[in-house]
Amino acid sequence: MGGGDGGGGDKMAVCIAVIAKENYPLYIRSVPTENELKFHYTVHTSLDVVDEKISAMGKALVDQRELYLGLLYPTEDYKVYGYVTNSKVKFVMVVDSSNTALRDNEIRSMFRKLHNSYTDIMCNPFYNPGDRIHSRAFDNTVNSMMMQVC
Amino acid sequence: MEQGPAAGSAAAAAAAAAAAAGTGGLLLPLSETEQQRYSELFSRCCPPPEAAAGGSSVGELFRASQLPPDTLHQITEVCGAKRVGYFGPAQFYIALKLIAAAQSGFPVRIESIKNELPLPRFMALKNDSEVRYGTPAELHGAKFQVPHATLEKNSYKRTDEGDKQEPKSPPMSPICSPPASPSTYQRIPLSYGYGKSRSGLEQQHGAPYEVRHSTHQQDGPSSGNYGAKPALGSSTLNRSLSAEREQPESSAHYSDDPWRITEEQRDYYINQFRSLQPDLNSFISGSVAKNFFTKSKLPIPELSHIWELSDVDCDGALTLPEFCAAFHLVVARKNGYQLPEKLPETLLPEYLQAASLKPIRDCTLFDSYSEPLPGGQQTRDFARTEKASAEEVPDNTALLQDAKKEDKQALKGSTALKTIPKEFQHLTVKTAAQESNALKARPRSRSYSSTSIEDAMKKGEEPPTPPPRPQKSHSRASSLDLNKIFQQNTQAARSGWLPPPPPALPPRPSVSQTEQVSEVELLPQMNRPPSQAEENSSAKKEVVLTQPPSKPARRKLRTETQGLETPELSPTIHVTSSLPAVKPHLPVQKQSSKQKRAIQTAIRKNKEANAVLARLNSELQQQLKEVHKERIALETQLEQLRPVTVL
Repeated sequence: MGGGDGGGGDKMAVCIAVIAKENYPLYIRSVPTENELKFHYTVHTSLDVVDEKISAMGKALVDQRELYLGLLYPTEDYKVYGYVTNSKVKFVMVVDSSNTALRDNEIRSMFRKLHNSYTDIMCNPFYNPGDRIHSRAFDNTVNSMMMQVC
Repeated sequence: MEQGPAAGSAAAAAAAAAAAAGTGGLLLPLSETEQQRYSELFSRCCPPPEAAAGGSSVGELFRASQLPPDTLHQITEVCGAKRVGYFGPAQFYIALKLIAAAQSGFPVRIESIKNELPLPRFMALKNDSEVRYGTPAELHGAKFQVPHATLEKNSYKRTDEGDKQEPKSPPMSPICSPPASPSTYQRIPLSYGYGKSRSGLEQQHGAPYEVRHSTHQQDGPSSGNYGAKPALGSSTLNRSLSAEREQPESSAHYSDDPWRITEEQRDYYINQFRSLQPDLNSFISGSVAKNFFTKSKLPIPELSHIWELSDVDCDGALTLPEFCAAFHLVVARKNGYQLPEKLPETLLPEYLQAASLKPIRDCTLFDSYSEPLPGGQQTRDFARTEKASAEEVPDNTALLQDAKKEDKQALKGSTALKTIPKEFQHLTVKTAAQESNALKARPRSRSYSSTSIEDAMKKGEEPPTPPPRPQKSHSRASSLDLNKIFQQNTQAARSGWLPPPPPALPPRPSVSQTEQVSEVELLPQMNRPPSQAEENSSAKKEVVLTQPPSKPARRKLRTETQGLETPELSPTIHVTSSLPAVKPHLPVQKQSSKQKRAIQTAIRKNKEANAVLARLNSELQQQLKEVHKERIALETQLEQLRPVTVL
């Protein structure tokens, strides 16, 4: 993790997940650590917060609803950011709290890239919405955003 | 092992004619290798559950031995299959031994096979080359027995096989390759000449293909301990090297790049593209492409990856270069190549577009060869015929659409099809020019429509816009006759021949409507509205007879004559409302209209055939699914029972 910070002017997440509308994961990728499952738990619990934010926007504001949800909640080690698409597909990103260089703008741009990659997957006629994502292009995008752990 | 069945069927055959008595009592000594080889060949010609080899596959095998047909007949007789009526194991083995004897120069007699003989040699047998392809191997084996006109899957597999041939057989100079290149689309079971042409084509191919695929050829022979084949294989390699030197240009292209699309492959891809989407400048939608590529039986994740690689602009649709790239990747994958992580440079759309300008010109030659082929090698060129018909039908429908819309440009319409780049215009012009050939060719290709099921399927996915039906109730018979009569009558009219006046005029219903109709129809016409009307109502001739002689003047007086004619014409037009529809065609292209009608009928019949076959196909697929389920159920039962029995 220290090594990641050293190179860390780049945007580096620790875990990135794509959650379907029905709240099951389409894609989860995390930095390989000793206890990866904790990321899965974190993402799972963040879904509640995402739902809260979505519903809090109100029905009247549905059109103006922002896709970027911002910081969902901070834990002592990590910060969790959320993003939801118009089709209620959620992107959740977990970043290291100590990575203070990450700004909101950067997170937004990372989400935008994810969203673009996701739409590219959608264009593939062999992909059925609701399947797990196995696209190599998407993997590449995600990898570029993940922290490199030496 | 072999002697058991030989003795068994020998006993059954013992009651037969004396000539075969020798066969009946003979116990063939077979060496290990012979036994192996023979049993392998036998199982190939004869699926295990059956007791006898299929006659056709055996015949093909025998032909592949390159013995003269008389010798083969003799062998068939001597081995006892003719008498018995089938190729049982004994007959088959005896026949193989006799083939070996004949190939070694011995006469075809029972006595000669008592000696030690080398193994019989067969050309163009894909033994281990099939094994390499894993699952497709079974299908290949199945292909040997499955007759030509079968399920859509098999037919697609066969074109797939044709695809597989393509990497191995690039075209070189059009002169020598076209007779051979169509043969690459042949099915494997076809005659041994195929094998020759294949090996001939292999010569000119690049090194890696040679290395890979000629080893396939060599593995076949080597596994069978053939004497001649390995020599042939190595000579193939030698020839390939020399051929490569002869054609530095093509070798430079194909030297070591499996990701490079050859001319023939490109041509094939373009034809396939056309079958899905007649406009080569447009794109194939995702769902259409998905259905198409799903037929290749590759697993979905791989297809998904192929799509990712080839759909460069990520728009969910495939343009022609993207489609070619995707198809090429499918072909490569089926041939055992691993899919790359990144799209190779030679498959990029820009590269393909740039490269397409030159090779398309060569493609026209292939198109021209595809024309005589459907007429000629019908038994050999199913895929070609399919492609030709698939290619021609969209072209002809495109032609028809244009012809209908713009009379004068019936023939040029194909070239003026939106914004086709000039190289594709070559194709369309050629196919337009060969339309008449196509018409003759297509009735024949239609008879093999069972093999064009895949085309029906593809067409079913996105049928090209059907030609606009000629207006209203275009009654073919009458219009055909009347056309001729029109032509006759114009000249007759000019010469002043006056048909007898009509006995009575029928009542004139809806004059206004028919007036408009007649005006519209008469307008494009210059020369013969009244004469046609006369013929329209052959039963009711008009008094308009005075009109014909004044033809030249009629043009100026057109409106007047129309006004005059419409009252008379309206009843006739009402009665034969279909016929005026013919008029627009007449002015300029009599021939094209005839052709169009012929094309329309052919298209209609094709469509009906397609629909029937599509239905048949879907039914068969359902049956297949059910059979699969049953099989799975049975297998699971078997699995459950097995531990019980083993104990």
